[in-house]
Order: sequence, then C-alpha cells, then structure tokens
Amino acid sequence: MRKKILSVILSAGLLTTAAVGFTGCDNSATTTGAEESTGGTSAEKVTLTNVSYDPTRELYAAYNELFAKHWKEEKGQDVEITQSHGGSGKQALEVANGLEADVVTLALEYDVKAVQDAGLIEDGWVDEFDKDSSPYTSTIVFLVRKGNPKNIKDWDDLVKDDVGIITPNPKTSGGARWNYLAAWAYADKLYNGDETKVKDFIKKLYENVLVLDSGARGATTTFVENGQGDVLIAWENEAFLSIKDYPDDYEIVTPSISILAQPSVAIVDSVVDKRGTREVATEYLSYLYSDEAQRIAGDNYYRPSNEEILKEYKDVFDLDINLVTIDDFGGWDEAQEKHFADGGIFDQIYEEK
Amino acid sequence: MHEDTIGSKVLKWFLIGISALFIFLMLILPLITVITESLKSGIETYWEAVSDEYTVKAVWLTIEATVFAVIINTIFGVFAAWLITKFHFKGKKLLATFIDIPVTVSPVIAGLIFVLTFGRQSFIYPYLQDMGIQVVFAVPGIVLATIFVTFPFISRELIPVLEAQGTDEEEAAALMGANGFTIFRRITFPHIKWAFLYGVVLCAARAMGEFGAVSVLSGHLRGKTNTLPLHVEILFNEFKYVPAFAVSSILVMMAIVILVIRSIVEYRGKRDA
Amino acid sequence: MKTKANKRVIPFFGLSMGVTLSILSIIVLIPLASLVIFTAKMSWEDIFATITRSRVLASFEVSFLTAFIASAINAVMGVVLAWVLVRYDFPFKRLLDGMIELPFALPTAVAGIALTSLTTNNGLIGSFFDKFGIQIAYTRIGITVALVFIGIPFVVRSVQPVLEKLDSTYEEAAGVLGASRIKIFWKIIFPEIRPAVLTGFALAFGRCLGEYGSVVFIAGNKPYETEITPLIIMSELQEYDYSSATAIALVMLLAAFLILFFVNIVQARSTKKLKGD
Repeated sequence: MRKKILSVILSAGLLTTAAVGFTGCDNSATTTGAEESTGGTSAEKVTLTNVSYDPTRELYAAYNELFAKHWKEEKGQDVEITQSHGGSGKQALEVANGLEADVVTLALEYDVKAVQDAGLIEDGWVDEFDKDSSPYTSTIVFLVRKGNPKNIKDWDDLVKDDVGIITPNPKTSGGARWNYLAAWAYADKLYNGDETKVKDFIKKLYENVLVLDSGARGATTTFVENGQGDVLIAWENEAFLSIKDYPDDYEIVTPSISILAQPSVAIVDSVVDKRGTREVATEYLSYLYSDEAQRIAGDNYYRPSNEEILKEYKDVFDLDINLVTIDDFGGWDEAQEKHFADGGIFDQIYEEK
Repeated sequence: MHEDTIGSKVLKWFLIGISALFIFLMLILPLITVITESLKSGIETYWEAVSDEYTVKAVWLTIEATVFAVIINTIFGVFAAWLITKFHFKGKKLLATFIDIPVTVSPVIAGLIFVLTFGRQSFIYPYLQDMGIQVVFAVPGIVLATIFVTFPFISRELIPVLEAQGTDEEEAAALMGANGFTIFRRITFPHIKWAFLYGVVLCAARAMGEFGAVSVLSGHLRGKTNTLPLHVEILFNEFKYVPAFAVSSILVMMAIVILVIRSIVEYRGKRDA
Repeated sequence: MKTKANKRVIPFFGLSMGVTLSILSIIVLIPLASLVIFTAKMSWEDIFATITRSRVLASFEVSFLTAFIASAINAVMGVVLAWVLVRYDFPFKRLLDGMIELPFALPTAVAGIALTSLTTNNGLIGSFFDKFGIQIAYTRIGITVALVFIGIPFVVRSVQPVLEKLDSTYEEAAGVLGASRIKIFWKIIFPEIRPAVLTGFALAFGRCLGEYGSVVFIAGNKPYETEITPLIIMSELQEYDYSSATAIALVMLLAAFLILFFVNIVQARSTKKLKGD
C-alpha cells in the first residue's frame, strides 16, 4: 500500500516536471503577449498582427514598411507587424477559433462576417472605414499563354470543348467565389436571367476545369509553374504579378463583364481591447486610405479606392470594364446560401453528372 | 547464398535492380530535384534564402518542437513499454491500440482535435484565457501536435524488445531485493538501449517534418508560429520557388543527418546484439 | 486488477500505469474525446446525411482506393526490398538501407512539391509518360505515387527483422530436395513473413488514408475525381461547418481504429504461434 502511494506521488512529480516544461514554452509565448499589451505607452515597441488572405502578401510587405515609418513619425514609437496569409475562409475561421489578430484584411465581406458571428467583431464594422471598409478593390480577369493560342476573348470562349481552365475551389477560396460569380453575371446577361441555361453554362465551364486548387495562389502555381491549362481565371492583381515575373509568357484578357471584388478590412474588437492596441490598429487601417498607401496598392496592381489616384493608373487597368457588384446577387448572405452552401448550385453542377 | 547457379545470380541482380530503380525513382530523384532547384539561381540566392531572418526563426521553432516531442515521448514510451510488457492487466490490448492510434489518424484530424479541445468553442478556453495561456495558433499548440503525431514512435520500438526479453530476469532481481531503479538501469536498459535510440531518431525525424497537423494549428504567423515545413509552403505561395526549395534543402540535409545517425545506431545495435 | 497484485514482483506498476494513462489522456484521449463529444451534438440522421453526401462518398472512394493500391505496391516492393537487403550483398547496400526512412524524415509538403514538379507533363518523369498519353500529376495516379512515397518504410521495416531471424535450413533442405525457387518462397518463406507483411500493409494503409500534406500538391483536388477525404474535412472547416468536418473525421478515425485493432490481432496471433512452436 505504502509503495503504491509512493509511486503515485512519484508519477505526479514526473508529470509536474513535464508540465513545467510545457509552461516553459507557454511562457515564451505569453511574455511576448505581455510586452505587446504594454504597447499603449508610446516609448515601447508595439506589435500588431494582420491576418490576411493569399494574394496580398506583396501589398502588405510594402505597406507595413510605410506604416511603420508613419507611426514612428507620428508617435515616436516602433511598430512591428506580424503577417499571416492563407485562403481567406480558412484565415477567418482561424481568427474565429482564437488566432489573435488585431486586424483582418480578408478577400470578402462574408469572411469578415464569419469573424463577427463568432462574437469577435462588433456590428457596424462595414461603415467604420470609407467605401464600405474596402480600401482597394480588384476584379476578375483571364490569364492566357502568350499569343492567346486558344483565342480566348470572353467568358463564352471558356465553355468550348478544347479549353482547359484553372480556377480554385469556390468552397475553400474567397477569390474563387468572385470568379464563379463573375461567370454567373456574364451568363445571366447572356440568357436574360434564364436560370436553367445559366446553370448549364456554369456547369460546362466547370467541366472544363482541369485542376481545382484550394486557394488562389495554388491555382496560379498550377498554371504558371506546372504549365497546366489554357486559361487561369484570376484576381487582376495575381494576373499582373505573373506578367511582371514572366513578361514573355503570358497575356491578360479582360472579359466583357466582370465583378467588382471588394476585399474588406476590419478591426477585431475583442482582441484590440484585450491587448490595448485599438489606437494603432485603427490608424493602421485608416492609413490604408492615405495617398501614399493608395499608390502602394496601385503599384501592387490593386485598384485604389481613391478615384483620383485610380486615374493615375489608367494605363495599367482597363477602367472601362463593365463591373457588377455583390449587391446584384443580393449580398453575400444570399449568394452564399444559393451558390456555395452544401447542396447549393455549385454542389449541384458537380452532382448532376 | 548457398547455391551460386546462374539462375540465382540472375534473380539476385534482377531483384537488386528493381529495388535500386524503385528507390532511385521514388526517393533519390525527389531529393535531387530539391537540391538542383534550390541552386538554380546560384549560391548567393541560396545563402540569402537560408540565412533569412524568418528562416532562422523557423529553424529554431522546429528544433524546439522536436526536442519537446522527443522528451515527452521518451518519458511516455519507457513507462508505457514497461507497463505493457512486464505486467498483465485487463484492457491491455485496448491500451496498446490507443497508444498506436496517432500513427493512423490523419494529420488534419490531429490538428482539428486540438482546435476543438483548446480553441474558442472549447469549455476550457475561458480558463486558459484567464491564465494568459494561448494554446492553439501559438507555440504550445504546435508542440502538442508534434507530440501527437510522433506519440507511439519510442514505445513501439521498445515493446518488441522487452517482450522478447521476458520478465524472468527482472523478477529474479526483484526477488533478490534489488530496488526498482537498479533493476531498470542494470537489467532492462542494456537490452533496450539501441532500440530506444532508434526510436528517438525516428521520433525526431518525424517531428521535424510534420506538416498537416501543425498547419491546422499554427495560424501561419510569420516569424512566430512558422515551422520549417510551413515556411516552405509560405515561400512557395509567394512565388519564391528557389528560396522555397532552398529552405526545403535545409530539411533534406537535416533528414540525411538523421538517417546517417539512424544507420549508425542500427549498425552498432546489431553488432552489440 | 487487484486480484493479481500479489503475483507482481516487478516494481513500478502503479507508477508506469499512472504516467502512461496521464500522458495518454492529455495527448490522445481527451482531444479524441472532444471530437466525439462535438459530433454527438448532431443527430444520427444528420451524421448519416453528412457522410453519405455523394461528394463525400466519392472522396472515400478516392482515398480508400488510392491508399489500397499504394499499400499493395508497397507490400510487394517492401518484401522485395527487405529480401534484397537481408539476403544479398552488393555495393551501396548500406546507402539503400539508410534511404528507406527518408519518407519519415522528409516533410510531406516538400515531398509533394518535389514529386509534383517531377511528374507534371513538363517534368522529368512526367514528360516521359506524357509521350504515351499518361498523365501522372493531378490524377489518381499522382495521388498513388505520393502515397507510395509515404508508405515505403512500413512494410520493409516490419518484414526485415523477421527475414533476418528466419532459419534458412528449411529452404536449403527444400532446395536440395529439388523444390523450385517459387515454391520455396510460397510454401516456406511467405507463411513466415505473412504476419509482418500484413502488419506493414495495414500501417501503410492507415497512414496513406490520412495523408494530406503531400497529396494536396499533386492531386488536382477535383471533386469526384481527385478529392481525398482529408481535403474534404479541410474544406468543411473552411466553410465554418464544424459539425460536418467532425462527422467525416469520425468515420476516418473509426477506420484508423479498426486498422490498428486488426494489426494488434495479427501480431498477437503470430506471437502466440511463435510461443506454441
């Protein structure tokens, strides 16, 4: 009996050692947290975490430098920004699950709303910053191989039999939802709203899809690096980026109709309140609307939301493109429910084989 | 072999040929791809990529997670192997199955269960918050996931050896009045020394390379919760293919070092036996 | 438990039981239980409806089929490799032996990227097969290739020790008596290594079933064709659909558990047989 008690004590001791080991590494995580939360006093360094989506990597790498300079000049305080990138939906989910982000800068309103639904962002965030909290916009274009061998001009060329399409999966990628909706908008106009015909069109289009990657970046890689497919349906900024890297290999084709993609930014209220970083987080997002930041967006092939600055880039962007907006689909909730939810139209076009 | 007829020679070299071809295509060629791709833009770009601030941080985090996984799994492995091979009790088979389960659980699910247990919808989340402990999307989560995927590696190596050795020696020693620690150190440990080291090496190898589970739990915070495999993915997604392969080559080299150590351990172990 | 306590002379029963159960609980049991609890919030009909959605069923088919083929290839190649490594001497044997664990040590993502760049139709291997109209990357063949890579060590490492211990007197006797080489293998050697092959096969199968990192790069991820179950779980998670994700995860977990139970039974039977001899 005594032996038994002894061994229980011993095992408890061992476990405590293990636990101490654990808290050892917890500490390393929490001490940085402690440093961060004292960020309110201006002398010390403040840190921010920006959880964003896939194609904004280059944009925020440039913007973070600009903002650090700006904040230093204004407040005399150093700011360090930690970036996280990934598929927009996945990123929103991780924030909702406890990833500590001070600000989210995601691909679409719906994903920010998911964070709101988790109780982390207060209602009314859409109006917190200008232009529905979209400091830059983009649209959906086609990237084709040099010389456009399959002669792709518009959406209806994509449903031809010999065309191989690369686009990510709308179920996992925010960007892919814009792709899908842009195609829908075209077909809707073509068939005057006859939904069966529109559905057929979309179904044909997705039958031509060769690889359905889980994120926008993966799709670009499949098209550019691994040489799959004839056309990549992509964010305008992704397409321009590929052109910049391989000017001799690709061309951009702008379709007759596309969609105005409005990536959304928001402050994660419960996190900034806990960490005491509301001031710097607010400034971080509102400074996105400054002239310098708008030009950084333009340089990274996002359309600046400031009309004046957008005009400076009229040689880069096709400003005459006919753009529908998400409101034409009745807003994100309705679009999500109808098209992308389980059993929605996207599932149906794959099931009716 | 005992008969060196032409037939058996042909068979021998045929089999060796198939094996060599298989290993070359499946294992060596991918390695060569990684190395050549990483050196495509010259040694300078390579060096830049591997000495990058974020790469170095990722290396340290990977090492940290690996060390934790090895320590915890060693403690667990030794005790579990002892328990399973030296005693009879009800539910032993079930226990053994539970210990093995992390090997066959999908890494994605491994990540998911820790998110469910320690994430925001978990009932212990508020308590963890009050204590200021962040588990998921922070270093502890990564460590936990790494421990999980390598969980049975050491016990699995120890159990067969201890089983084969039986319990007679320990029983005799115990009856003669030796205390527990002495029995373990003098009688059991010499038997399991090499199997134990082998398990540690395997555990370290797998811990370094884990991707799926860590990916679910990491949050991909650059410089904070990025392990090397995740850093490779990030670079890949930034169209920085050459740096991505360069960072991969660090992992390839770590893997080769581990494999060399493994071979030495195995060789010495066989020689001792 | 108590009835046998008097027979236990070896120390540390309580201690090792305590440590084993505590760590096991924290790392494995409690997290797994939370998955079960989470799924239990759903009704049976909901769970059933989720896991029988045609896209989910198709992903089960892809996952089980490719994992099975890959493990079968590994079972055959594993036996060949183990045989070559145990029975023959040749240059670079140690190197070959040392390479076997590479799939453990090389991150699956790196393996996936490397294999993809090799097997697309402008890659080194892919361009060769492309001439015959065979596509590897972004098809089920590609998935199988990645899974073969992942599963290599399992069969080799479980068969090798058994072959090493195998007494060759029977084989020699049979050889002297004029039995053909094939007959010797099937009648004498194979029965001995069968439990090891089965164990290795089952472990490889289990590992392949859940593999994610390498497969996503090479698979193409097209619903109904090359979408594996772990990817479905991932995409359910990304749609904030936790209940569906956990329900599907539970099915996979059950499969994993059954595979392991099978392995343990095979192992128990083979040790019994050994002791009976």
